[in-house]
Amino acid sequence: MAEFIRFDQITKFYGALCVVENLTLGIEKGEFVSLLGPSGSGKTTLLMMLAGFEAPTSGEIVVNGLAINGVPTHKRDMGVVFQSYALFPHMSVGENIAFPLQMRGTARAEIEQRVARALDMVQLSALRDRWPSQLSGGQQQRVALARALVFEPRVVLMDEPLGALDKQLREQMQLDIRDLHRRLGLTIVFVTHDQSEALTMSDRVAVFNKGKIEQIGTPRQVYDQPATRFVAEFIGETNLVEGVVERVSGGEALVKLPSGATLCAVADSAVAGQTVHLSIRPERIDLSDSRRPGGNSLETEVTDSVYQGDHLRVQLKNPAHPLIAKLGRRSQEYPPGTKIYASFAADDCRVIAP
Amino acid sequence: MPLKLTRAVFASLTVLFLIAPLIAILPLAFTSSVILTYPIPSWSLRWFEELFTADAWRRAIVNSLIIGGGTTAVATALGTAASLGLRNHLLFFRGSFRTLFLLPMVVPAVVLGVGLQVLLARLGLANSYAGVIIAHTVVAVPFVVVSVTGALSGIDKRVELAAQSLGAAPATVFRRVTLPLAMPGVLSGAVLAFATSLDEVVLTLFVAGPNQRTLARQMFSSIRENISPAIAAAAFLFIAATVAIGLVVVLSRSMMAKRR
Repeated sequence: MAEFIRFDQITKFYGALCVVENLTLGIEKGEFVSLLGPSGSGKTTLLMMLAGFEAPTSGEIVVNGLAINGVPTHKRDMGVVFQSYALFPHMSVGENIAFPLQMRGTARAEIEQRVARALDMVQLSALRDRWPSQLSGGQQQRVALARALVFEPRVVLMDEPLGALDKQLREQMQLDIRDLHRRLGLTIVFVTHDQSEALTMSDRVAVFNKGKIEQIGTPRQVYDQPATRFVAEFIGETNLVEGVVERVSGGEALVKLPSGATLCAVADSAVAGQTVHLSIRPERIDLSDSRRPGGNSLETEVTDSVYQGDHLRVQLKNPAHPLIAKLGRRSQEYPPGTKIYASFAADDCRVIAP
Repeated sequence: MPLKLTRAVFASLTVLFLIAPLIAILPLAFTSSVILTYPIPSWSLRWFEELFTADAWRRAIVNSLIIGGGTTAVATALGTAASLGLRNHLLFFRGSFRTLFLLPMVVPAVVLGVGLQVLLARLGLANSYAGVIIAHTVVAVPFVVVSVTGALSGIDKRVELAAQSLGAAPATVFRRVTLPLAMPGVLSGAVLAFATSLDEVVLTLFVAGPNQRTLARQMFSSIRENISPAIAAAAFLFIAATVAIGLVVVLSRSMMAKRR
């Protein structure tokens, strides 16, 4: 499929500070792409440049085959949803949603209809004549969403739209937005620092760090096959174990830990003799009384275990590295001091680029 | 409890200190005596009558309204434009510019008066309404700038960005979003400008001719010639007008606030 939006070698400086560095990214029509990263990683700046609020220092932004660098915001035809909602406080809910249609010279009768439909879409029809200040945070954000969608923009940009909402509401809104995306076939660029939000909603996730994209892929790819140490640590929780590659064969590497134990790991690129990190997700670790035949097994001792409702979190100590394991709720209790084997499949143990 | 009491007493004393001069002068507006002194022999409205019938006073009131109105319009427009300009982060020496706009507040009025007199004479505006309005505008603009800048800084920048992204050109953003949101500040700036003009004596002494004698100026000169209670009546009008305008602003503000 052809790329609908393309960031081509975008660089952005604020004074001497480089916030986006030579970044290239393509987004397809109808795709939901999350820009995920810690604050200051350049994700919001990239979104602001797409919206036209900021200009790139160098590089080109192309939408639908046309460079839009010189196009002012109001002619870009993109709906933007902000974390702070940014509703017009001096207009009613209905007037807020009618605003983009008025700007486009839509006929009065049609505005009426489309505002009604948009309100219906976000289930706020009853609140049409209220003022924004009379609404709860979640309702305000739904109004902002309706306002950004009512004029059927070619792209919807969302800058941490759910950041100000409480957890339960946020999760509901995540599903609502995902549903709207599917129903209306929208192209959405979604900025967030919440990894679970990005995994829940996106077709693809671009993980940002220090003005660059560390990895871009489906939620499954970035979680199961993190390309770099940053991605492995930023998305979900992981155990990082250092070791030296002994030998490589057919995408698998044998890695020797400082304790002398060896682990079998998936490796895209590794050279014998190289010092590498291995990433092992805590929920992929199994505990057993005896060494498992086949796969990896490390001899460890339990230092602490915490019951967390949906899972049991066990901290382990082994001669080389502390490990964390997350076990399903049917697992037994492990008192501190228990000697035990931590086992995991070679597939669940990955060599990470340093 | 004693602390609360002390606070209340202190607050009352402060308020008393501030309004004592008003309490002293206002009753004299309703005296029947021909001189401005206590005790008041009997109550009468003769001095208000004098105010509206005596030619000098009537003209002074009209002049004050003309000059006050003109000053309000010019100062509000200029001050609002200046505040909008001062929002621009790209502007160099933004702080210095801001101070420059507030300078007329601290420069002694006598200095401004002399300067304006020379300048306006050069421009051929001496002894004209335009000249007086310009002079009053100079001292009124800072009040508008302070008030509008305050209102503008309360606007979430993202609201304006949102308007842009929804298809509003910069001029439309200003008309539909920025100005309505800053309106309370613009209104109070306008009221302050009007009050400043109404109250201004020193500059008026320098730049106004006999035909532009304002109410304040008239009070100032008549108090030297004859201490007539008409001055007290004029003062009463002054205060009543100011309070009325203030009430209108407060009411319109609270009505706007209710909508948010």
